[in-house]
Amino acid sequence: MNGLTITALVKWVDHRLPIFSLLNEELNEYPTPRNLSYWWNFGSLAGIVLVIMIVTGIVLAMQYTPHVDYAFDSVERIMRDVNYGWLLRYIHMNGGSFFFALVYIHIFRGLYYGSYKEPRELLWILGVVLFLLMMATAFVGYVLPWGQMSYWAAKVITNMFSAVPLIGDYIVTWLWGGFTVGNPTLNRFYSFHYLLPFVIIGVVILHLWALHRFGSNNPLGIEAKGPQDKIPFHPYYTVKDAFGLGVFLVLFAAILFFAPNALGEPINYVEANPLVTPAHIVPEWYFLPYYAILRSVTFDIWFLSAKLIGVVLMFGSSLILFLMPWLDRSPVRSARFRPAYKMAFWVLVFDCVVLGWVGANPPEPPYLYIGQVATVWYFFHFLVLVPLLSLPALDRPKPLPVSIGEPVLKGGGAASAGAPAKPMEKAP
Amino acid sequence: MADSANPDLSGDGSGDGSGDGETRRDFLYLAAGAMGAVGTAFVTWPLIDSMNPAADVLALSSTEVDLSPIEEGMAITVIWRGNPVFVRHRTAAEIEVARAVPLDDLPDPQADADRVQKPEWLVMVGVCTHLGCIPIGQRPGERKGEFGGWFCPCHGSHYDTSGRIRKGPAPRNLDVPPYEFLDDTTIRIG
Ligand code: HEM
Ligand code: FES
Repeated sequence: MNGLTITALVKWVDHRLPIFSLLNEELNEYPTPRNLSYWWNFGSLAGIVLVIMIVTGIVLAMQYTPHVDYAFDSVERIMRDVNYGWLLRYIHMNGGSFFFALVYIHIFRGLYYGSYKEPRELLWILGVVLFLLMMATAFVGYVLPWGQMSYWAAKVITNMFSAVPLIGDYIVTWLWGGFTVGNPTLNRFYSFHYLLPFVIIGVVILHLWALHRFGSNNPLGIEAKGPQDKIPFHPYYTVKDAFGLGVFLVLFAAILFFAPNALGEPINYVEANPLVTPAHIVPEWYFLPYYAILRSVTFDIWFLSAKLIGVVLMFGSSLILFLMPWLDRSPVRSARFRPAYKMAFWVLVFDCVVLGWVGANPPEPPYLYIGQVATVWYFFHFLVLVPLLSLPALDRPKPLPVSIGEPVLKGGGAASAGAPAKPMEKAP
Repeated sequence: MADSANPDLSGDGSGDGSGDGETRRDFLYLAAGAMGAVGTAFVTWPLIDSMNPAADVLALSSTEVDLSPIEEGMAITVIWRGNPVFVRHRTAAEIEVARAVPLDDLPDPQADADRVQKPEWLVMVGVCTHLGCIPIGQRPGERKGEFGGWFCPCHGSHYDTSGRIRKGPAPRNLDVPPYEFLDDTTIRIG
């Protein structure tokens, strides 16, 4: 009886607003390649961390005071006096780090399996937009506790805009709302920090919309040939994602409870002092490669100042990802079948790690030179290597499998479209 | 809305018949669109300008400094508009070094005489022109860089005894703020 009324209610609502049909189609029946590996877990994990960030952020905002005289103390109060304040803040603080770790893996997954290629270019572009929004959110968030590193990160990063020719200084004053980073700056950063995560949600929806148009790419990088190549999202991938979430939460909790400050800078527990710059200013680990690129440019080129070139290269290193679908012309998606591209991919991963390591060290020899080589390699990879390796003459692709189902089902997908594919048969 | 969907009505709009009506309609369409865009731009301006320094922030824009306690070879840091200003009582040797540098050796050529009102008093905004860190070298024991003035630890900019950039990524000399001598031992910055 009870069950009946609920079914009736669902039907009544669904007829007027087909939200249950939508959820059923997109999260239950949604046909998904049958061969997705664990590298396909990171998108949903990032989504869950986004929710964790927003929930903890909203609760933190109830205790936080965005004023230069009180911000630092209010965060200390959260840590010492507010019930479970330490936990909420540590979740939010380390959640930011883990968010980036997940998204970096997610991006490299896309680069490896060619997920940015036709017809997923817009999906990829929306992903890069999400990444940029995340960086902006994390940057303004990091300023809020108003520690020494918060303050100097804010100052150095906002000052980068002074490299813009002619109007640079006006832009910087406008960003600050004063003549240096101060109370107006802190207030607007707080406003943006509250706003941007919700913009991120909006773009996530577009990202998923674009994803569900053609469905996931897969480790083989070939299109599904028919229903036998796909399985419904639920229960197969809901379970796989849930298992991945469990593993992730174990790691997250380990850092949270045993080394909550391992990823941060101790000097951020010293209140901001506008008159004293710390001897070593370094960003959070997830920005280190960009910092290395910025500092690698120590010379002017013609009329362009080192500062301007450094800033352009730093922003360019992320923006270049937008071009990936057009830089890589190879019709083969997955690096599994592209021996040379695969090698170039791993060299790029190594290059990014090197840049991160350089970014953590002072800009002096030998780090400076290593950073310069790594910066050149980074751009060489995207602008020269990737287009060249699109040519079959330089990177001859291995033969592609006939279908996704074939290697699993042995003897061709179509023949064994029986039992495992059954739930899909009603889909079309 | 109904207009554009209904071919009969769009024919009517021209009055005298065929192609004419289309251009007239296009013109109105463009003109209205342009007005809308201009109007939106005007409305956006207050939003943007509200983020510029407010009147109270601008009002804090001058600081007086008593120079009498600063002995030769010593320096103090005062705050002007939220930024540190370096006031250095230079020694004869420091002035000499600053003057002796050929302008060709400078990334941002400027004679020492153009940076001071009285040679013994060097007054500068103590903010690195690279990305805004505060250079060290104000206190006696601090590292002063390769040119005996100031050193910015953030990305390694070296400034000389006139506060001019000599080496490193900073593009400009340390800025000299507007200031005037009220009497022999007092200046007003701003
Ligand atoms: C995309 C999601 C988000 C990211 C990546 C992010 C990142 C950060 C980071 C890195 C910090 C500095 C942590 C520290 O060092 O203490 C921070 C602080 C803060 N965030 Fe977020 N945040 C997100 C969402 C939110 C949301 C939705 C709110 C709600 C208003 C919020 C409110 C706060 C507050 C009040 C602080 C200051 C307290 C503190 O420092 O712990 N955050 N955020
Ligand atoms: S801020 Fe001084 S060298 Fe970069």
